[in-house]
Amino acid sequence: MLRHTLCILLPVVVVLAVAPVVYRNHLLLFNFIVFMTLAQGVNIIYGFTGYLPFGYVGFFGAGAYGFSLVVMHLHASPFLALAAGGLAAVLLGLLLTPLFRLSGAYFSIANLAAALAVLQVVSNPALEHITKGPYGVSLSGVFDPDLAYAAALAILAATLLLVIYLKNSRFGMALQAIREDAISAAMAGINVVRERVIAWLLSALIAGLVGGVFAWYISVFYPETVFSGEVSIFAIVFALFGGTATIVGPLLGVVILYGIYNAIGISTPQYFQLIYGLLIMGLVLFLPTGLVSLLRRWGIDVP
Amino acid sequence: MSPDTPRSPLLTVENLVKRFGGFRALDGLSFDLKSGEILGLVGPNGSGKTTCINVVSGLYAPDGGRVWLEDRSIGGLASHRLVHLGINRTFQVPKPFQTLTVRENVEVANTYGRNPEGWVDVDDLLASLDLKPLAERRAGELNSAQQKMLDLARALATGPRLLLIDELAAGLNPAELGRVAERLKELARNGIALLVVEHLMGFIDQITDRVIVMNAGKEIFEGIMAAAVYDKRVVEVFLGNGDAS
Repeated sequence: MLRHTLCILLPVVVVLAVAPVVYRNHLLLFNFIVFMTLAQGVNIIYGFTGYLPFGYVGFFGAGAYGFSLVVMHLHASPFLALAAGGLAAVLLGLLLTPLFRLSGAYFSIANLAAALAVLQVVSNPALEHITKGPYGVSLSGVFDPDLAYAAALAILAATLLLVIYLKNSRFGMALQAIREDAISAAMAGINVVRERVIAWLLSALIAGLVGGVFAWYISVFYPETVFSGEVSIFAIVFALFGGTATIVGPLLGVVILYGIYNAIGISTPQYFQLIYGLLIMGLVLFLPTGLVSLLRRWGIDVP
Repeated sequence: MSPDTPRSPLLTVENLVKRFGGFRALDGLSFDLKSGEILGLVGPNGSGKTTCINVVSGLYAPDGGRVWLEDRSIGGLASHRLVHLGINRTFQVPKPFQTLTVRENVEVANTYGRNPEGWVDVDDLLASLDLKPLAERRAGELNSAQQKMLDLARALATGPRLLLIDELAAGLNPAELGRVAERLKELARNGIALLVVEHLMGFIDQITDRVIVMNAGKEIFEGIMAAAVYDKRVVEVFLGNGDAS
């Protein structure tokens, strides 16, 4: 565990902490942190327990609105508001625990529907006095990109520490056992329902905190910004591309795919979509367990 | 525990009923099982043997009747709670944690199984089932006989008092069969109660103290295996009622 912390967590955090000094596109670096954290959040629920959360953005949006409501209505400090963002996502996660009665694609679709339902609630014009409805949120009073960047980095570090723990602990092993076969896992003495819900809520908490820090960083946004299906899809594809149930995989996925997205996706979207499509098709056909499995095939042991 | 000591049953099954739609897979099954005893459950396909194991191990809740572990009613408890109370099982088609190593498969059960005697020595357990050389291999790479042994190792790591064995012998070669039979008898000598579902009659005859023959969810015979083959109803169930004699 210490080795993984020193060899993976520390370099990632140091590079991202120093990067704003030498690279001026602060927002891009911030977005890298956001997606690295979200991809690890997907990693926890999908990689370790096998549930693919197509509506993962619901927690991100809940976190963003949890943050915003506490700032707007209670004039709380951003750090307290971040906690509220995390709590909002955890509460949404608790509300959605009955989804675990479903499995496979049924779970994923129900989760997607749940995220869309939350979007419909917060963007409802009738709730304008609470959520600002479809007109969006402005939090200029707490605008502080440098501090928000540092907070995002701390959330990424905590998330990486959690994934490193899962990779090295009996609890992580139990989650993987549940993913492989829930019935055998129960006969190993594992309380399948409880452990799965813990992983789900941890994953929700991470997305909620990231959503909160995102709201803090950009300070002005519309409901569609923080409930965009693209957030779920990016986080899932990045995690799968790199390789789930690993520590390094989701990070690699974000660096490569989000790197390509920013290099050509914005200037020449047509080429980007072609390259993205080919990359993802190639992945599904030849490397269904992600880039990390290719490295392992070459004899490189990637944690 | 000495075989001569009078013992109260460890497991008592009373009038157990399990329905799937209109089909009664278990239809009033009753039996009991003492510590250190090996009870065979035999019968044609579909007679309810595996359903019985699935109900006792908590995979299915019973639709009627009672299941007792000593003086505690356990019908309908979740599987992991039954494991913690000392019940475990193997599966007809073993389902190991494929991407985990053989050692990790056993370690998971060792950690979460709440073995009353504390954690087992995983190396010793693997060695006793000929799995030691495979300890660092992924479970998905094992052949089916090795996976069955791993399934048994996973169950034993939790320190069961009652072990339900579902067709462990099928697919094993004669040498492996002999070793498994000896291993199961040794477990019984150590006080574990075993309920064994099996189609290989020679194997059942070799290891069991008594058998229950089932048909259509009901018991049709109880006694020693040697007597079962002379029972008219048992012969009818297995061979049909035409030329049985």
